[in-house]
Amino acid sequence: MRWHKIYGLSLRHIYLIRNSFPRILDLIYWPSVQVFLWGFISEFFTVNSSYYNNTVGVILTAAILYDFLFRSSISYNMMFLEEIWSRNFTNLFIAPIKISEIIAALTMTAIFRTLIGLVPAVLVAIPLFGVSIFKLGIPLIFLLIALYIFGITLGLLVTAGLLRFGPSFENIAWASLFFLAPLGCIYYPIEILPNLLQIVAKALPLVHIFEEMRNILINQTVNVAQIIKSILISISYFVLGVVVFYVSYYGAKKKGTLINIGE
Amino acid sequence: MDIKVQNLTKKFNNYLAVDNINFTLEKNKTLGLLGPNGCGKTTSIGMMLGLITPTSGKVLIDNQNVDSANHNDLLSKMNFASPYIELPKKLTVKQNLEVYGRLYGVKNVKNRINEISQDLNLNNFLNKNTGELSSGQKNRVSLAKSLINKPDILFLDEPTASLDPDIGDFVREYIETYKSKNKITILLASHNMKEVERLCDTVIMMKEGQIVDRGTCKELVNKHGRNNLEDTFLKIARSKNEMA
Repeated sequence: MRWHKIYGLSLRHIYLIRNSFPRILDLIYWPSVQVFLWGFISEFFTVNSSYYNNTVGVILTAAILYDFLFRSSISYNMMFLEEIWSRNFTNLFIAPIKISEIIAALTMTAIFRTLIGLVPAVLVAIPLFGVSIFKLGIPLIFLLIALYIFGITLGLLVTAGLLRFGPSFENIAWASLFFLAPLGCIYYPIEILPNLLQIVAKALPLVHIFEEMRNILINQTVNVAQIIKSILISISYFVLGVVVFYVSYYGAKKKGTLINIGE
Repeated sequence: MDIKVQNLTKKFNNYLAVDNINFTLEKNKTLGLLGPNGCGKTTSIGMMLGLITPTSGKVLIDNQNVDSANHNDLLSKMNFASPYIELPKKLTVKQNLEVYGRLYGVKNVKNRINEISQDLNLNNFLNKNTGELSSGQKNRVSLAKSLINKPDILFLDEPTASLDPDIGDFVREYIETYKSKNKITILLASHNMKEVERLCDTVIMMKEGQIVDRGTCKELVNKHGRNNLEDTFLKIARSKNEMA
């Protein structure tokens, strides 16, 4: 991989964000709305629920972490969709850039987009609701890594679909995360799910991430094995995502969609 | 660099888009790829750029298969401009050229942008968003992007489509001058026969995925007993109807 190419492609998305204040506002708006919404719900549960009464902000912390996953995945999809919407696809694929460099550039730039949106929301939650995700301590870094890898993987899988099936796959891009959310056990323990769904849920990294988040906040202990498991599962899905992306790319070359994909 | 197209065929499901075409484009020459809409020109260019996988046959660029492992090395020496593909609209002209300069590994991107902006009169709108430009300006920016890496092979798909005669002439003159200065190989797909007569050394006529005729413009005009390339094109394009 050549860093100057990755930087070149990242620059395209950085310029896009930098050139448009409404775009930056849009990135900040939704995570902040989420914090307000879940902040008030969280406060209500803290007062009225025996399960949460000793742990201010479990729900809000979960909401913030879930939004991090959501934003990283959507950022990845959005950057790819931007190429389709701007009819820049052909230019991109005739440039001497490897698929691995495209994936790397999108992965690196997605974190930039995600943080623009999330940092203000995280900071707002501290004075407004007295909730700080930093209370998770050092494990927060590893939980975020697991979430980010999985978010990127979902983005990769959706962009692979866009490559293969064209812009009509766009709706799946928006729906992908909502499909997994119930199984992720973001706001409730895994025991709530029926037995069969528990088995499926355990195959996803989300359950392990959010279970561990609750474990740290409620029991004040850290289960390192659970964190490692979540990262390893995320990496496995990421490898699968990369394979699917390559398969879709070669499929698109066969189908001839790389030359005229557009709105 | 030269291009050899050998037994190139592309089938999309049951539709034969390109049917066993063969031709050679010699180094520093300009070849016109002509034919009615849907005759397989874009698909052929797509295969030459490595964007479409051929069903059979191959494209050799300087004797290296375009689908080979060093695909990216070949791409760094080629470029493509077409009014049907665009650059990101929300980026300024300068930003777009910088991004592509970096993707093509251009050594001193800023100098190259200055140079090409001067040549193609882009300076007045270099800091304007690409989406806000007129079609003539967009066209010149697209040409600038295609020359950012000083390619050895340039693919041009209707480079003067939708341009007014003045700007169209400016672009043709620029391509002519650039080619004579830089000794590059050009493949030009166009529906403007005057443009083809002016720029191309040889011409290939395609119809229904096949090459139906080839030669210099003069040879084709004489062979078909017409007065100019436009009439020759019409004769070939309508030949099936005439026979029917």
